[in-house]
Amino acid sequence: MSELAQSPGRLAPALSMDSRRIVPILLVAPLVIYMVVLYALPVASMLLRSVDEPTWSLDHYRDLMSDTVFFNTLVNTLYTAVIVTFGSLVLGYPVALALVRTKKMAPVILVIVLLPFWTSVLVRSYAWMVLLGRHGLINEALLSSGLIERPLRLLNTPLAVYIGMIHILLPYMILPVANALRQIDPSLARAASGLGSPPWKTFLQVTLPLSVPGVAAGALLVFVLSLGFYITPAMLGGPRDITLSMLIANQVDQLNWAYAACLSAVLLATALIIIVACRRLPGIGNAFKMSAR
Amino acid sequence: MRDTITPGISAGRGAAVALAGLEKSYERVGAVNGVSLDIRSGEFLTLLGPSGSGKTTTLMMIAGFETPTKGDIAIDGTSVVAMPPHKRNIGMVFQNYALFPHLTVAENIGFPLKQRGVPKVERTKLVGEALELVHLPGYGGRYPRQLSGGQQQRVALARAIVFQPRLLLMDEPLGALDKQLRENLQLEMRRLHADLGITFIYVTHDQEEALTMSDRIAVMNEGLVAQVGSPEDLYDRPTSRFVAGFIGESNFLPATVRAMENDVVVAECQGATIRALCPSGQASGDKVTLTTRPERLRFADTLNGSAETYNRIAVTVTEAVFAGERCRYMLQAADGTVIVLKEPSSAAIRRRAVGERAEIAWSVADTILV
Repeated sequence: MSELAQSPGRLAPALSMDSRRIVPILLVAPLVIYMVVLYALPVASMLLRSVDEPTWSLDHYRDLMSDTVFFNTLVNTLYTAVIVTFGSLVLGYPVALALVRTKKMAPVILVIVLLPFWTSVLVRSYAWMVLLGRHGLINEALLSSGLIERPLRLLNTPLAVYIGMIHILLPYMILPVANALRQIDPSLARAASGLGSPPWKTFLQVTLPLSVPGVAAGALLVFVLSLGFYITPAMLGGPRDITLSMLIANQVDQLNWAYAACLSAVLLATALIIIVACRRLPGIGNAFKMSAR
Repeated sequence: MRDTITPGISAGRGAAVALAGLEKSYERVGAVNGVSLDIRSGEFLTLLGPSGSGKTTTLMMIAGFETPTKGDIAIDGTSVVAMPPHKRNIGMVFQNYALFPHLTVAENIGFPLKQRGVPKVERTKLVGEALELVHLPGYGGRYPRQLSGGQQQRVALARAIVFQPRLLLMDEPLGALDKQLRENLQLEMRRLHADLGITFIYVTHDQEEALTMSDRIAVMNEGLVAQVGSPEDLYDRPTSRFVAGFIGESNFLPATVRAMENDVVVAECQGATIRALCPSGQASGDKVTLTTRPERLRFADTLNGSAETYNRIAVTVTEAVFAGERCRYMLQAADGTVIVLKEPSSAAIRRRAVGERAEIAWSVADTILV
């Protein structure tokens, strides 16, 4: 330090070269340490249990292959994720369009979109139980209006799971799609209309194809998040609507750690395969860059 | 090459466009406050003005992207104010090209044909012809991002004319290109205009571009047309101080009217008697401004002319700059008015020194009262 004080002119550049390299590392270090200690290590030790309990073997995975409960659960989990992704897209795209196209309403729409983010998943799932229950608001309203004679079975059905999950995951679809729509040069729509394309055709020929990266990013987020959903399907679903994460929790409750670890590995692998596959797709890989911007 | 292409591309002649009392109120800049203009069939008309003068807004109203607050737009005698842009059948070239990034060059150019239900075989043929017309044959399979700025602009041009519109609108199409490329494309657009015979309405803030390309120029300022005329009209006979100052360089001299001799006004200026062209009558004693171009001034001792055809005043040289093909002098008149004089350089002409007193002279025909 004393040397530095004596000849700052000569040493300062060398120091700044070093600090240029060190400062970014220091900035991310706390998070990296946090993630390694509290996330990567536990996950690794969990995965290890699937192959070393009681001795080193792949027996648990071999058992999984012939396990119909596991197979049905995996199919149900993927099916639910597909439905939820599709539902979020159909409901979210118009909202994203409105968010980008309107000027005065945009902040209001944004608040409405983000509102679910600020409420706990548990609270919202309870709220859906109140709404969808046998004596819930929807059934009571339908009964008193005379449209139905007996209450509908809404709660504890796949439909209830889809409704609850879409409600929670919609912002993950809307925000990337809106971001992609915002990137589209407004003069392209003008050009299309000047060249003879009516508004609906301009949407199909220009806006929609150019928003595909945002749709892909949103769909990927919603799909991958859907795969690991636990609270909502557990609370709103019926006894047969079991997802992988519910099965894992169930196995952990029975202290069947090795089996739970196997299931976790499958869930993690499914999510990773989908993410890697999407990154490889031309045009959609860019979505990661876009949503990061 | 031209003979084989022209029949396919240019079937109809140009559209005539009539703007009547066109207004667009805006809170932001670019309002239009009453533009009336008759654009003739097949002419190359340029809307020239500084930014915020309303020239782009006017163009956008013709295209249908903006709705006029007041007034009417008629194309070939039919009002189009209520017609949406996709039904107006107008070609348009945007400043940023506005090529569809997800479509190839051929698909971009084929876009307007597809909207019109042109069958695929016919479309391919027309796209090929349009690509040749803009000197880009063989580029059909590329994507816009693989092309240079100049090439993108050619594609945009091809896309705007491939469906044989009778009117082509261009919004500062060369603004983003470098000088060399701009000059090449200017020539090409002139050639295209001559080949196609359709009406071009061109928006620019670049007066040189407007002068070299246009049949007629409408100079716009603060949402109004300041003057319409041929490039020569505007340069030689500006009717307002704004036009004289915006197109080319001008000297402005305050003067007092003494008499009228037919359409020539006799005025007192810097202690000398000056004659100027003046279409409208002026009364003796009126305070007026005379304008003249720097390159039309000469030092009096280099000329042989009578006082009848030349105006003369005494000046002092305050700055002398040699710029190769010409010398540029800053001069000061008796009352301190700064006058710029550009003299073609010649080894035979003596260069003036700063501080030197001199007499300058210029033709009465080059003196305009604004």
